[in-house]
Amino acid sequence: MQGESFRTANCLFLRACTVFVKVLMSAIFPVVFEPVAYENRHRQPQEFAEIARMIRRDIIKSLVLAGSGHSGGPLGSADIFAVLYFGGYMRYTPQNWWTPRDRFVLSAGHMCPVLYATLANTGAFPKEELRTLRKYNSRLQGHPGRDMGLPGVETSTGSLGQGISIAVGMAMADKLLDSNGYRVFTLTGDGELQEGSVWEAAMAASNFRLDNFCWIIDNNDCQIDGRVHDVMNIYPLEDKCRAFGFDVVTVNGHDYAELCAAFDRFIANSEKQCGKPTAIIAKTLMGKGVSFMEDRYEWHGKPPTWEQARIALAELGEEISEPAAV
Amino acid sequence: MSIPFELRGSKPTRQGFGEGLVVLGERYDNVVVLGGDITGSVMTSLFKERFPDRFFSIGVAEQNATTIAAGLALSGKIPFFASYGAFCALRNADQLRISVCYNEANVKIGGGHAGISVGPDGATHQVLEEIAYLRTLPNMTLVVPCDYLEAKKATIAIGEMIGPAYIRFGRAAVPFFTRDETPFEIGKAQVFRDGNDVALVACGAMVWEALQAAERLAVRGIQARVINVSTIKPFDVQTIVDAARECGAIVTAEEHQVHAGLGGAVAEVVAKNFPVPIEFVGVKDSFGGSGEPEELMEKFGLTWKEIYAAAIVTMQRRDKGFIGYRTVKQVPHYEDVHPDSQPVA
Ligand SMILES: Cc1ncc(C[n+]2csc(CCOP(=O)(O)OP(=O)(O)O)c2C)c(N)n1
Ligand SMILES: [Mg+2]
Repeated sequence: MQGESFRTANCLFLRACTVFVKVLMSAIFPVVFEPVAYENRHRQPQEFAEIARMIRRDIIKSLVLAGSGHSGGPLGSADIFAVLYFGGYMRYTPQNWWTPRDRFVLSAGHMCPVLYATLANTGAFPKEELRTLRKYNSRLQGHPGRDMGLPGVETSTGSLGQGISIAVGMAMADKLLDSNGYRVFTLTGDGELQEGSVWEAAMAASNFRLDNFCWIIDNNDCQIDGRVHDVMNIYPLEDKCRAFGFDVVTVNGHDYAELCAAFDRFIANSEKQCGKPTAIIAKTLMGKGVSFMEDRYEWHGKPPTWEQARIALAELGEEISEPAAV
Repeated sequence: MSIPFELRGSKPTRQGFGEGLVVLGERYDNVVVLGGDITGSVMTSLFKERFPDRFFSIGVAEQNATTIAAGLALSGKIPFFASYGAFCALRNADQLRISVCYNEANVKIGGGHAGISVGPDGATHQVLEEIAYLRTLPNMTLVVPCDYLEAKKATIAIGEMIGPAYIRFGRAAVPFFTRDETPFEIGKAQVFRDGNDVALVACGAMVWEALQAAERLAVRGIQARVINVSTIKPFDVQTIVDAARECGAIVTAEEHQVHAGLGGAVAEVVAKNFPVPIEFVGVKDSFGGSGEPEELMEKFGLTWKEIYAAAIVTMQRRDKGFIGYRTVKQVPHYEDVHPDSQPVA
C-alpha cells in the first residue's frame, strides 16, 4: 500500500498547498471582476482603449485563477476583439445569443480566454463565471467546447486549422442557401497557417465567392517553439492571401483606427457583394499590454503567477489595494 | 512467476520517450526527428538540443510531417515524429494508413497527451480513441508503456525494429515502478502479480491502478493476476488466453474509450479462444473535459476503485454461470460492492 499512501499523501499535500495559496492570495489580492457590460455600437477609435484594457485585465484574472492556460495570444488579440464585438461590426443580442446573429469562429481555440472575456463583457453571461476557466464542468473549457452551451461559442475548436473551414461552411450556408445576410468572422493564429487545411478553406472561400466571409489572421510571428518564420516559414503572407483570391488588408492590430477601417472595408465588400472574401492580416505583439510578456513566445501557453498577475494588472490600470498586513 | 516492481516516485512517460530518443540518436546516425511545434511538451526538445542537425521543424502540420517522415524512411532514415496523439494518430489518419503502413515505411510516431490525465486543456487535447484506430492498421506496431522507464525502453525498442510503430505516452507525472532489469519486449505482456481468481489486464498508467486494486482485493482473500499489456499490437495472445483459462474472469483497464481499445483486443482474443466474462474499465463513450488530472481520473472512473468493483462483478458473473445471458448494465461503485472498505494504510 506504500504506493497509494504515497500518492494520496502527495495529492493531499498538493491540494492543501493550493488551497492555502488561494486563501492567502484572496486575502492579500482579491480578484474582482467588474460587472460591466459594454454596448456594441459605432465608436470613435479612442473609445476602444478602455474596453480592450478591461478585456486584458479579465484575461489575466481568469488565467491566474485557472493556474494554467494561454496568456500571449489572448492579450495580443484583445484589441481586435474590442473593435469586432464593441464597434458594431459583429451583430448579436447578448441576452439572447442564439437568435439571428453574425458568426464568429475562434479557429485558434487555445486563445479562448480572450473570447470568454469579450463575451462576458458583452453581458452574454455573468462575469463571475470567468472564475471557472479550465475547471471541471465549467462552460469555459480549456479549449472551446460547444457541448457546454456558452452563449457565443459557435463551435468546438482547439485542433488548429479546423475552425476556418467551419466558418467557410457557415458562410456558404448563408451566401449560397439561406440568404439571411449574416456575416461570418474567423480568427486564426499565424502558426496555425502551417496546417495545410487552412489553405483548402481559403481556396474554397474564394471559389464560392464568399464576400460575407472575413478571415482575421493574428500575425504575432510567435508560436510555441519560437518565431513563426523559424519554425516553418509562412511568408510572404499578403501575397499568399491575395493569390488565394482574398481582398487583403494589413493593419497594425493594436491601432483602433486601422482595425475599424479594415472591418469597414469588409462590410463594404459584403454589402456591395463584391464576390471576394476579405482577409485582415493584423500585425500584433504576443502578450501586448503586459511589459514582460510583450513579443515573447515563451508566453504562448502559460498563465501568470500571482505576483506577475499583480504587476500585469497594475500595468493595465487596475487599482490594487496595497496588500493587507498578514 | 511475476515480475518484481517497486514504487520509485513519479515521472511522466513523455520523459522516457524524450530520453529514449537521445539514446537512439547516440546509437544510430540515421535516426532523425521531426518537430510539430510542441517539442518541449513531447520532449523531442532533448533530441533537438543534442542533435540539432538531425532535427527538422515542420511546424503545425501533422499530416505533412507524417508523410514527410514516410519519404525520409523510404530514403533510409529512421524518422520519429511526435505530437499530441489527437493530432499525430487521428488528424493524420489517412497518411498513417497509406503512406506509412501500406508502404511499410519505417516511420515511428510518438503520441503524447494521451488520455484524460492531460487535465485542464480539455476534450480536444485528450485523445481517447487512437488505440482503437491504430490497432486496426496492418503493419503497425503499437506500444503503450506503463511508466517512465518502460517508455524509455519501448522508445529504444521501436527505434531498433523495422516497420511502422507508434508509442503512446501521457503528460502528467504517474507512478514510476519498473526497474532497470524489468524485461521489455515488443509483443510480450508482463505479469506483475500472480493470482488465479481474476485477471486485471491493463495498459499505460492504469497498470499501477490495477496493482492497487489487486492489493485491496488480496485483503479480501482474492488473488488477482495483474497483466501489463505494453504492446497492444502485435497482441500477446498466449498470456491473455492463459489468464482466461486460469482465472476465468477478466477486467480490462485503459485510459481510453471502453470500445475497441485494449478491452476490445482482449475481448476478441478471449471470445475466440476461451470465452469468460470480461468487465471493461475506461471512458464510457464520452469526451473528456477540463479539470485537474487526478480529479478527472476520479470523475471519469479511471482509478483502482472501478477496477476493484469490476473485478467483483466479473467474478460474480463467472461464479453464477451468467456468461452469455446476463449483461451488467453498469459497473457498481466501489463503495457499493464493498461498503465497509476504507483505503488501507
Ligand atoms: C492540430 C493541432 N496541432 C497542434 C496543436 C498544439 N498547439 C496549440 S497552439 C499551437 C501554436 C499555434 O501558434 P499560433 O497559431 O501562432 O498561436 P499563438 O502562439 O500566436 O497564440 C500549437 C502547435 C493544436 N492545438 N492543434
Ligand atoms: Mg502566432
